[in-house]
Amino acid sequence: MPKVTIDNITIDVAPGTTILNAARMIGENVPPAMCYYSKLKGSGGKCRVCLVKVTKSSEQNPRGMPKLVASCCTQIADGMVVENVTSPEVIEARKGVVELLLINHPLDCPVCDQAGECHLQDLSYEHGAATTRYDFGRRTFDKIDIGPYIQLHMTRCILCYRCVYVADQLTNERRHGIINRGDAAEISTYIQNVIDNDFSGNVIDVCPVGALTDKTFRFKSRVWFTKPMNAHRNCDKCSGKVTLWFQGEEVLRVTGRKDNYGEVDEFICNTCRFETKQKSDWVIEGPRRIDTHSVIAQNHLPYELDVVHPQIEAAQ
Amino acid sequence: MIETKNITFSPERLAQVQTLIKRYPEGKQKSAILPILHLAQKDFGWISVEVMDYVAGLLDIQHIEVYEVATFYTMFHVHPVGKNVLEVCRTGPCMLVGSDNIVKYLEQKLNIQDGETTPDGMFTIKTVECLGACGYAPMMQVGEKYHEFLTEEKIDQLLEAFRQNATQL
Amino acid sequence: MSRLKILTEHINKPEITGIEGYIKNGGYRSVEKALKKMQPDEVTEEVKKSGLRGRGGAGFPTGMKWSFIFKGSDKPRYLLCNADESEPGTFKDRLLMEKIPHLLVEGMIVSSFALGVRTAYIYIRGEYMYIMHILQQAIDEAYAKGYLGENVLGSSYSLDLHVHPGGGAYICGEETALIESLEGKRGNPRIKPPFPAVEGLWGCPTIVNNVETICKVPFIINEGGEAYAKIGIGASTGTKLISACGNINKPGVYEIELGVPVEEFIYSDEYCGGIKGGKQLKALVPGGSSVPILPQRLITTTAKGEPRLMSYESLADGGFATGSMLGSGGFIVFDEDQCVVRNTWNFSRFYHHESCGQCSPCREGTGWMEKILHRLEHGHGRMEDIDLLWDVQRKIEGNTICPFGDAAAWPVAAAIRHFRDEFEWHVLQPQEATRRNYGMGRSAEPIEQVTV
Repeated sequence: MPKVTIDNITIDVAPGTTILNAARMIGENVPPAMCYYSKLKGSGGKCRVCLVKVTKSSEQNPRGMPKLVASCCTQIADGMVVENVTSPEVIEARKGVVELLLINHPLDCPVCDQAGECHLQDLSYEHGAATTRYDFGRRTFDKIDIGPYIQLHMTRCILCYRCVYVADQLTNERRHGIINRGDAAEISTYIQNVIDNDFSGNVIDVCPVGALTDKTFRFKSRVWFTKPMNAHRNCDKCSGKVTLWFQGEEVLRVTGRKDNYGEVDEFICNTCRFETKQKSDWVIEGPRRIDTHSVIAQNHLPYELDVVHPQIEAAQ
Repeated sequence: MIETKNITFSPERLAQVQTLIKRYPEGKQKSAILPILHLAQKDFGWISVEVMDYVAGLLDIQHIEVYEVATFYTMFHVHPVGKNVLEVCRTGPCMLVGSDNIVKYLEQKLNIQDGETTPDGMFTIKTVECLGACGYAPMMQVGEKYHEFLTEEKIDQLLEAFRQNATQL
Repeated sequence: MSRLKILTEHINKPEITGIEGYIKNGGYRSVEKALKKMQPDEVTEEVKKSGLRGRGGAGFPTGMKWSFIFKGSDKPRYLLCNADESEPGTFKDRLLMEKIPHLLVEGMIVSSFALGVRTAYIYIRGEYMYIMHILQQAIDEAYAKGYLGENVLGSSYSLDLHVHPGGGAYICGEETALIESLEGKRGNPRIKPPFPAVEGLWGCPTIVNNVETICKVPFIINEGGEAYAKIGIGASTGTKLISACGNINKPGVYEIELGVPVEEFIYSDEYCGGIKGGKQLKALVPGGSSVPILPQRLITTTAKGEPRLMSYESLADGGFATGSMLGSGGFIVFDEDQCVVRNTWNFSRFYHHESCGQCSPCREGTGWMEKILHRLEHGHGRMEDIDLLWDVQRKIEGNTICPFGDAAAWPVAAAIRHFRDEFEWHVLQPQEATRRNYGMGRSAEPIEQVTV
């Protein structure tokens, strides 16, 4: 098996593994990812926060790569040496990308339902500057209801394209997409159109920010005040394996079960997500493990984290 | 919802559409989207939602796929425009030789701003980025035709000719 | 120096547009020669020997590019001609396609033969619609004469050639964006690898070449790669079309033998004919808007004091500190009355307008740069804006999916590097800066070390 060294830690991985997934296997100093989603084919490469430095391309080619590369879509080669947090250049570039992602982001975290489990929030906390150098007007869009359950708040979007891949790969028909160009590009149905199919709710789970939120949970509670429990039910459309978010005995929302990179284990259907919100609908399995680096971990007992081995896409 | 109008190509156009689709391998008919949108804009004046839905039907693709494409490429007018769209280049090389003044002159003369259409629906001014006529600047494109080495006098003549012809030069 | 014209020798003959006139002037000989007397790999070999480099801007050796085409599968291979000429200052391909369309058709046939291509496309920018009709006419004539279609000239080789219009997007000149666009999608560049030569159009091996590059192939096949390599200077072999514009007496397209001194190109009557109105030369963008701008002191001589030549190497001499690039050959000349801040703002507006928006540094950064430059140009700038601008361009450069990010960053970086005094003047004299231009400033002063 090819060997790759990331931040001085060497690991054997299957050919075709990306640098990011190799780092996830090591489990330390994993580059952040705002657009890559291992369960969505074709995702990645766009947000550029996972940039790393390749100082040695392979055993055969001891030269490094001339530019920083997106770790989520660069495959490893035997003998490759990668610097992530050990490279000041990478940290500097990542900080720059975070700054750029934030210049048009509304920073309305106090009233955003995603706050507490927002990847951009985590990323800004870890890499951002406390002040902004951007003093021009920010890009804004109107909020749109796309169907009875989902709200699109485009102003917060970072254009990761994940929700587009969900529609392409999980549903028969795609009604939303990317329209316009450049910094005017937006997720939209173009004509006010309802996104209505059994799996549309997954766009909420894959959204790394608060651009697509659950209307049934809107302003109900801050996520860190709710208590997540893993639960399941018999469902004829999906696995029925979910996380329930309780306030007292009340189920405030239902989501897929997410790993410590924020990716769901399995996509769930809209019936499970939006229409079965009685505690009696579910078999409770026990408390969900919480990633301790997340804000949600506050007010909760820290649970022991297992190292999660992500599924690796087969080599091409 | 906008009222649905009767958007259909003529039989000749439909034959042309089929010829275009045949240029690409079977199952890759989506490739014909840009050439067909150009034909649609020629025939229907602008690319309305109805036009895009019609094109999606012709190509057997999802409606959103056409919306995504039509809004990416700047040649397609996704809002109604005047009979003559005066597309004035304003990029560097044109600016060096006075394209700013050309835009100003057009705005004064037609009493509209960049992006607007005259009340009679005859002209729309649209500033555009480099059209590849840098050595023959300042310039504007109207329909398919390039009008180069523009001066105020030349603009006067062109506008007059457009008004007289109603059809494009 | 000889004035050899490879592409434009016959360009002013009215009959050259039609196939009869084209053949009468020696056209389509290379198709006869390649198909009847050569093997495909021999054609590639000649192109390699010629030293021909891509004329779209990057200057990558064409023969080497061709040799990368993946032959290990039975998938069809494609040749795409990049006629999406959109780089500000560049209008050379337009001339070839408009005046001598059969040269491109001929080049496409021979190149397709070399690559084992059965279907080829010319992707032309949508704004050149009238030229697309000219090309279509030429293609129809070539079909009628048996140069295209089944069994070209009675050989076992068959080729279909089509033209395909774009829809108004500079980014589609990037080869993977062009492929996406040809597939009927938004022009979002792909993440590489895989490279198009392995996985391009519809997942098949694909080569993308610029118009001028393809148009060089007939000469190379007729006269031999070595004959072509003798033209030009060093690794800059052959001729290059330069589209000259800006404040010069004779704007237009010139075919030069690579190696002509920049000074001669600007001032001789054979080419640009000097600066219009007898004014002073202030600055030069030698290879399209993306390449670094040069101040007067670095135009005709390099930092080492050698004469600057029109070649890949000489224009790049000194790197980004004191050099620029040949790029696409979009030669933009600025006289003493031009404002570098205004022009930089204009270019950054262009890149902001044309960014596809797929990756975050370019989508967000190009807009930010434009806004800062707009503020500086319109008298509301602050001194720290100049450093901020420098910093923003650095955050874009090298961090994006495709080279567009670099193309947007370089002109800003070079303008600050060489014309910082002019930016500062805009901050210090905001009122005056809106009324008049700065003039020559330090552009003509001898070279000094710049702080940034």
